[in-house]
Amino acid sequence: MTTVPLWAQLINLLAAVLLLLAFAMLAQRRVLTLIDLFAAQGFALACSTAIVAYATQQPHLFWSAGLTLVLKVILLPWLLHRLIRQLDVRWDVEGLINIPTTMLIGIVLVVFAFNLALPIAQLASTVTRATLGIAMASVMLSFLMMITRRKAIPQVIGFLSMENGLFFAATSATYGMPMVVELGIALDVLVAMLILGVFFFQIREQFDSLDLKHLEKLKEHE
Amino acid sequence: MIEIAAVLGLPLAGALALALVGERRIAPVINVAASLLTWLASIALTARVIIDGPMLVLGKLFFVDPFNVFLVALTAFVGFTTAIFSRPYMRIEREHGRLTAARLRLYHSMYQLFNFTMLLALLTNNMGILWVALEAATLTTVLLVSLYRTPASLEAAWKYFILCGVGIAQALFGTILLYFAAEKVLGVEGGALLWTELNGVKSQLEPTVLSLAFVFLLVGYGTKVGLVPLHNWLPDAHAEGPTPVSAVLSGLLLNVALYAVIRCKILVEGALQNPFAKELLMGFGLLSVVAAAFLLSRQRDVKRLFAYSSIEHMGIITFAFGMGGPIANFAGLLHMTVHSLTKSAIFFAVGHAAQKAGTQMIDGIRGLITVSPLIGWGLALGSLAILGMPPFGVFASEFLILTSAMREQPWATPLLLLALGVAFAAVFSKVQPMVFGETTVARLPQRPAMTPVFVHMAIVLMLGLWIPPFLADWYRQAAKLIG
Repeated sequence: MTTVPLWAQLINLLAAVLLLLAFAMLAQRRVLTLIDLFAAQGFALACSTAIVAYATQQPHLFWSAGLTLVLKVILLPWLLHRLIRQLDVRWDVEGLINIPTTMLIGIVLVVFAFNLALPIAQLASTVTRATLGIAMASVMLSFLMMITRRKAIPQVIGFLSMENGLFFAATSATYGMPMVVELGIALDVLVAMLILGVFFFQIREQFDSLDLKHLEKLKEHE
Repeated sequence: MIEIAAVLGLPLAGALALALVGERRIAPVINVAASLLTWLASIALTARVIIDGPMLVLGKLFFVDPFNVFLVALTAFVGFTTAIFSRPYMRIEREHGRLTAARLRLYHSMYQLFNFTMLLALLTNNMGILWVALEAATLTTVLLVSLYRTPASLEAAWKYFILCGVGIAQALFGTILLYFAAEKVLGVEGGALLWTELNGVKSQLEPTVLSLAFVFLLVGYGTKVGLVPLHNWLPDAHAEGPTPVSAVLSGLLLNVALYAVIRCKILVEGALQNPFAKELLMGFGLLSVVAAAFLLSRQRDVKRLFAYSSIEHMGIITFAFGMGGPIANFAGLLHMTVHSLTKSAIFFAVGHAAQKAGTQMIDGIRGLITVSPLIGWGLALGSLAILGMPPFGVFASEFLILTSAMREQPWATPLLLLALGVAFAAVFSKVQPMVFGETTVARLPQRPAMTPVFVHMAIVLMLGLWIPPFLADWYRQAAKLIG
């Protein structure tokens, strides 16, 4: 049996943490806790990127890790917290439809993602290839979260955590994208968040609530 | 080099200037001027390509080849004419009290920024930047779709944001997979996301990874093209946003998203050596044509009607590229050009018609021709052109697509003909009473800007009768590239 270096074990551990956090977010009812979970997920991502950077001596990955840390652990959660304070939806508890069912669907998705990633992971030359399946699984779990949520902020957190999963896929499969692309993606995410902030206020002003059930009027026949 | 800098820099500068100027009488003029300068720069770029041939500049970051050069010119041109149209249109909206000063400032600034992202997406050689530009295009238009802040427009914008956001995230995953496959061949430093580099080594790329990547890329960018069943956002966004935004969404954004799909298709096909990508494109294309054609007759809002017509036409183009071969690709490229021109002209006419009638409902707009012959004729001609009547350019491209379908994919021909027939019946029966009959529309003090409509229609007519040799040459070369 070949021994796995310590840093690779650490990355595998962090990948598992990432997946666990994705499941935790799927089951979380309260918005504030959801934001904390999202920040924790960002932190796990930043750590694993930094470890990959250290182990493979890829200086640009340090930048990427720093970017993740600033953007996803500090800036975005701070913006979300501020937004929630201003909108005063702090105690927003969502009546989620049937958490056990959602979790079961989530498990099926994880199995599916692992199978999908298997042929690709075998081709990868990176040491972290085993985590590609996890990255894909967390993307799909975020996707599931976006589908099952009825309120605006959880949907957006699902969207952001999908971005986390994608970044994790990029680091684990290819040691990260070229810097110019990563910067562009980070900029897009930040702008998206700002626009959403504006948008929340517009929705709120119009409907007095951030419940998306108000946004289901446009149908074919009116 | 300098031309590319101008094409990209001018709209960016325009966006900044308009954000600073705010809502003054001069703002629409700056908007038109910036778009005009961008268009002139794109003509200079086009002239340079005619003289010097394709170019690759700035560390291979930007490139111009026969496939994107005419799209750059088209995008800048439609951006310019839409800016002309939007000047009186937005003034009337302002007078009707539907918009405030702050929102007009946002509108003008975002309009230029949107043009910038479209041009960046077309000119960049980097598949990652292409993704960033297309995502930025969504972001700039989200707030434009919800510009009126009505419940319906907020809903449309939210749907647009979430669906296109999820879609574009799939495309990012596809791009990561593409990079993953390319990095093995080109190495980390070898510019493994540069399209020209990828195209050079496409036969060595790992087929399993690329086929998976293509599925993600097609679903991602296909959401923005409006391919059925990913089209849900499109009619709402077109119907609820201001009409100039509908015109650029239909005329420009769909084209550019399709351009991204085709760039990916070229790579994947080179790697796979089997018809996987073609079959996917044909399937999605045909489904879009048929589904959209049958949904057309159910529409009661005129902007939704033409939004579904856009889905139908994007389906036709996707199908044409799926068939491949020199003739079908040539026809697909021609169809991209004429659809963009015709559809934006129709939206210009529809926008003014809706303002005069005070409603977007088809039943509420009657007898345009008695009050305003120009708008009436513009709408009638535009509709006939988009339905594929000769001698307009749409007829030429659809004819070419149908004849090559008969030869290469005979099974699809009856479906296409049926869909085109159903679409004709649906749109014609709805547009005819809007143009003729008892009038319900009022005169407005502002003169509509109808010149863009007739300029567009004249070009579409010309393309139906005679294609300039340099353009035909580009179409042929691009068709060969697409394969």
